Formats: sequence, C-alpha cells, structure tokens
Amino acid sequence: MIDNNNVIPQTKISVENFNLFYGKFQALDKITIDIPVNQITAIIGPSGCGKSTFIRSFNRMNELIPSVRTEGHIILDGKNIFDIDPVELRKQVGMVFQRPNPFPKTIFENIAFGPRAHGIRDHRILEEIVEKSLRQAALWDEVKDTLNKSGLALSGGQQQRLCIARALAVEPEVILMDEPASALDPIATLKIEELIEQLKEKYTIVIVTHNMQQAARASDFTLFFNMAENRAGYLVESGKTTDIFTNPKNELTEQYISGRFG
Amino acid sequence: MIKDISLEKKQSRIVDPAKNLHQRQFTQKIAFAFIWLAGIIAIAALLFIVGYVVANGFKVINLEFLTTRPAGGVSGKGGISTTIVTTIYLVILTIAIAAPLGIGTAVFMVEYTTEYAGKKGLVGYLINLIRTSVEILAGVPSIIFGLFGFAVFVSYMKLKFSLLSAGLSGACLVLPLIIRTTEEALLTVPKSYREGSLALGTTKWQMVFGVVLPSALPGIITGIVLSVGRVIAETAVFWVTLGGSYRLPQNLLSSGRTMALHVYMLASETTAFDKALGTSAILIVIIILLNLAINISSKQFSKKFSGK
Repeated sequence: MIDNNNVIPQTKISVENFNLFYGKFQALDKITIDIPVNQITAIIGPSGCGKSTFIRSFNRMNELIPSVRTEGHIILDGKNIFDIDPVELRKQVGMVFQRPNPFPKTIFENIAFGPRAHGIRDHRILEEIVEKSLRQAALWDEVKDTLNKSGLALSGGQQQRLCIARALAVEPEVILMDEPASALDPIATLKIEELIEQLKEKYTIVIVTHNMQQAARASDFTLFFNMAENRAGYLVESGKTTDIFTNPKNELTEQYISGRFG
Repeated sequence: MIKDISLEKKQSRIVDPAKNLHQRQFTQKIAFAFIWLAGIIAIAALLFIVGYVVANGFKVINLEFLTTRPAGGVSGKGGISTTIVTTIYLVILTIAIAAPLGIGTAVFMVEYTTEYAGKKGLVGYLINLIRTSVEILAGVPSIIFGLFGFAVFVSYMKLKFSLLSAGLSGACLVLPLIIRTTEEALLTVPKSYREGSLALGTTKWQMVFGVVLPSALPGIITGIVLSVGRVIAETAVFWVTLGGSYRLPQNLLSSGRTMALHVYMLASETTAFDKALGTSAILIVIIILLNLAINISSKQFSKKFSGK
C-alpha cells in the first residue's frame, strides 16, 4: 500500500530561477519552487519580502507597473507564462485581492462581467454561471433575492466572497489570493478559509497571508519568504505546512513562526 | 543668569488667560461677521440680477411670444420660436461633435498613456503637449474661438455662416471643458477596479468600456451638461459663425440665430429691450433647470451604485 502522505503531488506551476526588478531595485531573488496542483499553497513572511510581488507574477499583473523587469521562467502546465498572451493567461490564473474590490455594478453584473468579456452573450447561460459561481463561493443563499442590488451594498466579507465568485465565473485553473482576509473580521475570515478549503478540489490555490494561524489552519504547503540583506525577497524554506510549522529546518523559519520577528 | 532673564521676558509676554480668550472670541466674531456680509452681498447681487431679468422679462412672455418667429426690423417685432429651435439644434450638433472627441482624448490620456506622462520620447511629449494645450484653450476668450471658426470653417472650408460652422466652432469651445471633466472623472476611478477587471482576463479596452467609463459616468455627464450650458449661453462664437438669420434652419448649411445671440441682437440693433429681457429670462430659467438636472441625476447615480 502506498502511503498517501508521501505521494508527491503533480506540479501545476513551476518557478525556475525567477528574478524580478522594480527599476534597479531587485524585489525577488532567484526563486525556484514547484506549486502543486489542487492544493493550497500559503506564502508567509515579513512585510516587504515580496510575497505579493511573487504571486502577482503568476498572472503577470506586475507588468502594469512600467519599470518592472523579470528574469527566469514560470511554467504553467508545461508552458512558459511569458509566452502566453497576458489576457489569455489571466483567464486561466484568477486573482482575489487584499481589499474586496467589487465593481460599482449589480451583484449579477459583477459576476457576469468576466464571462461576457470572454464572449458569452446568452442571458440564460450567464444566469447559470452566476448561480453556479455564487454557490461555489457560498454566497448564493445570502444574495439570491437581491442579485439586482449593487455589489457595494454587501458587507466586507460578502464583498470578498463576491470577488471570489467573480474570479470563479471565468473558470480559472489557478486562483491567486493576496491576503484575502486581512481586511475582514474574524467570522468573515473563517468563512473565507472554509471556502478556500472547498475550492481546492477543483482549483490550485496560492494564498499570501500575514496570519500565521491562517497558514497553519488553511494550507497544505507553505513557502516562507524573507528579505536578504540587499532587501531582495528570497525563498527560505518550503514544504508541507505540517512540517514547516512543527519541524522547521531553517532557524529563521523557526524564529518567524514562533513570532520572534516579522 | 542669562537663562533667567529670558524666562522673565517670556513670562511677561503671557497675558491673562481669560482676557486672551475673550480677545480671540472677539476676533472670531468680527471675522464671521465679515464672511457673512461678503456672502450676503454676493448672493443678493446675483438674486437681484436674476430677479430683475425674470421680473421684467416675464412681462413680454406669453404663448405667442414663444411660438412666433422674430419678424426682424428695428422695432424687433415677433417672438422667439425659431431661436429656441436653433438653440436646441446647435446644442445637439455641438455635443455630438465634442463629446466623442473629448471623452476619447481623456481616455487616451488617462488610460493609455499615464505611464508616459512627464517622460521623454514621442508619446510623453505628445501627452504633455495635449495637457498644456487643453489648459491654455480652457482660458482663451470665446471670441477667439469664434474668429478661428470664422477663418477656418466659414471662409477657408466654405461652410458659410451655418449651423455646421457654428457647431464645429462651438465644439472647439467646449472641448477643453469636456476633456478636463472627463479626465478628472477617470482619475477618481480606483485602481482596484482596473486591476479587478484585468485580473479576469479582460482586454484593456474591455476594462475601459466595461468598468472605468461606467464608474466615471456621473462626472462625464456633469461635464457634458456644463458644456450644454456653455453652448446655450455663448454669444461671441456664434455671432461670427452662425450668421444671424431669424428663419428656421433648413439644413446643416443654413444660417440661424440662437437665443443668446437673439438677446444680443435685440439689445444692440433694435428698440425692443423688453423682448431681450424676456428672452434672457427664458435662458436663465433653462440654465437653472439644467443645473437642477445635473444635481438630481448625479445624486441618483451615486445612490444606485453605492448601494446606500
């Protein structure tokens, strides 16, 4: 019998020797890591160590900043993402932001916006997508009667689940989450964590978090980032979340998770 | 010992706290009185102008005045029907030319070239040139737009004194206004909306058209309504591009006369000063209604989308 715990999961995203510069400042230094498919990978580390910059590389959002330059490869399903059109890439790699950012549109239009942009015009199909996405985001029961109300009228936690539903509606394979619960209260945070746990069945999830307990509770793998002396972010240690939190190999990791810096 | 002397000096400067408070309160009262007075004088002056024009103007306003066309002549006989219609035609034509151009320019400057602003190179140079031109044009006296329109549209392009010449010149006049208000409206759209849209795999154009422009719409509409007011109130530009015919314009190349132009002509070329006031009164009422419309529509709009 195979011990399931030791099976190495398939790789979804493979990062090879990845460097990122803002102008002359190096923000990421030679990152090499494999992100496993259908797992939750948490990225932890002190402020300014490049966690957000790192996951924003996966959907090439960093390129919106004119001075950004990258080196190295990020391979998604065997294809270098820098050879994929960013518009096409971002359909496969969805993103949820730190602060809920619903559009000033109705709940329905918030979710239908993505699929419509990708060419779905049939209103019945759009209705199905909206319902399916809201159910997946555990928001349907709360908003099914108010789909024509503004998305901005929802509470913070609901807004964030709306944003998750909006990301799901374009059927991505990977979902990037940049501290998705940091602007929310504890109960809303728990709901988001439960939701993320359910989503991993279908999606590969990469989540940046400031909250150590959140990483420990809600993730399968953990990457610990830190700043080098030149202030470039680098990967200190990676592994199964249980290993990182119970038996860190690196002294810095141990210090960070026990709250002695960061 | 030096220290002690300075301390003494300081202490001697401190006044009795109660007296000091009284003095400060008194200063405040004087300042308030002055501010109130300034406000009251300004508002009274405005109300007097509007009141005088409306009260005197309404003496000549009746259905006949509104529905007959001006008869011409030194006595200024007739009503203002054709000038109302011409004003509406000209507003529609001017906005139809200026709005797409102005909104397009603002979108270009804000959404497509922000990263180039202030930088060297052709695009950066172009952007700075447009920004500076818009700022300068916004402060140019309107008669200069009129002279430009006369030279280019009326004479050079041989469009004659016509609705088209006036519409094109009017568009030049309101373009800076539309560009600036649209630019400001676009700049208030949060970055998070743009990122949210792009992260869904939309193209930049889908982002602009689907998220940014709708969010900026209240501001853009305000700019357009202000432009409508500007066209309604403008005299100088149309004096040298629209001609002054009091007949109803038959096509784009017909001459015509707007209400504001009619006021000018009545006052300067006829003895019918009461009719000039009557036309002015109607103009003022229209502009007040327009402003009300902006306020109501922008409030409704923000209510709808803030969800409160």
